[in-house]
Amino acid sequence: MSETIVVLISLMIIGALVAIETPRLLYSIISVGAVGFLLSIVFLFLSAPDLAITQMAVEVITLVLLLQCTGGLASEQVSDQGSLFSRAATGTILLVLALFGASMLADFPEFGRPVIDRFADTPSGIYLREGLQQTGAANIVTAVLLDFRAYDTLGEATVLFCAVMGALSVLRRQGRRQSEGSDQEGEEVT
Amino acid sequence: MIYALCFILILIGLYGVLTRRNTVKIIISLLVIEYGVHLFLVLQGYRRDGVPPIIEPGGEEALWLQRSVDPLPQALVLTSIVIGLGVLALMVALSIRLYERFGTFDIREMRKLRG
Repeated sequence: MSETIVVLISLMIIGALVAIETPRLLYSIISVGAVGFLLSIVFLFLSAPDLAITQMAVEVITLVLLLQCTGGLASEQVSDQGSLFSRAATGTILLVLALFGASMLADFPEFGRPVIDRFADTPSGIYLREGLQQTGAANIVTAVLLDFRAYDTLGEATVLFCAVMGALSVLRRQGRRQSEGSDQEGEEVT
Repeated sequence: MIYALCFILILIGLYGVLTRRNTVKIIISLLVIEYGVHLFLVLQGYRRDGVPPIIEPGGEEALWLQRSVDPLPQALVLTSIVIGLGVLALMVALSIRLYERFGTFDIREMRKLRG
């Protein structure tokens, strides 16, 4: 089981490298889509079917958005040659973070033994034990989302709404034309 | 081992954010970071030979309780995935606007054309 997950994450790493290194944007977008779908399969192997479904749906919308954004526009090639200083700075940042992460890895709990094994009274344990009686939901993940932590979901909806409003206000043309028109009128008056 | 691979995925995304000059490539790198972080959080709650946190009718509940994976990281990552989609839509919208204004995705050109 855990070997399968290792193989899948390795494939994800390869896909991410291809997505970042390939010069063509179309190939890059398709590769990152492959990484997302592999992540969905990893979620299935990690016993998270809800996450797998959500990841699939979100990944499809992500691909459509990115292709819509760049499909007609991006035939140009942008070179990624940085100066020596910027490459050295990047290398230093990544090296420091890698060392930091390596020193953290030793303290992580062993893979496959979640916190609820060691501490019985964590919120997760309580949700698992009392979820069905308190909420009547057989799926504990939805019980947590919509009942125990419903305020988090409300906040999620707020953030999502704000992001969509931001995207729409950046993209809409009506207001921009009006303001440009009023600028021209002002110039005519002066 | 698995945590290390997950960390490598996050570092690859960070490398992309730091070195790429194309706004769409930067968005893609941010997506890779996001995948890595989600994967890491869900890995924290995994139990060896675990079953999904869904109670099946007629199942043995005590046995399920001992084998179920941690539901809390899954619920919060579900929230995070959906928020990630909203943020991606915002980034793509900004990227399209920048392309219309400067005629390029190259962030260096944008800096030169300013003002």
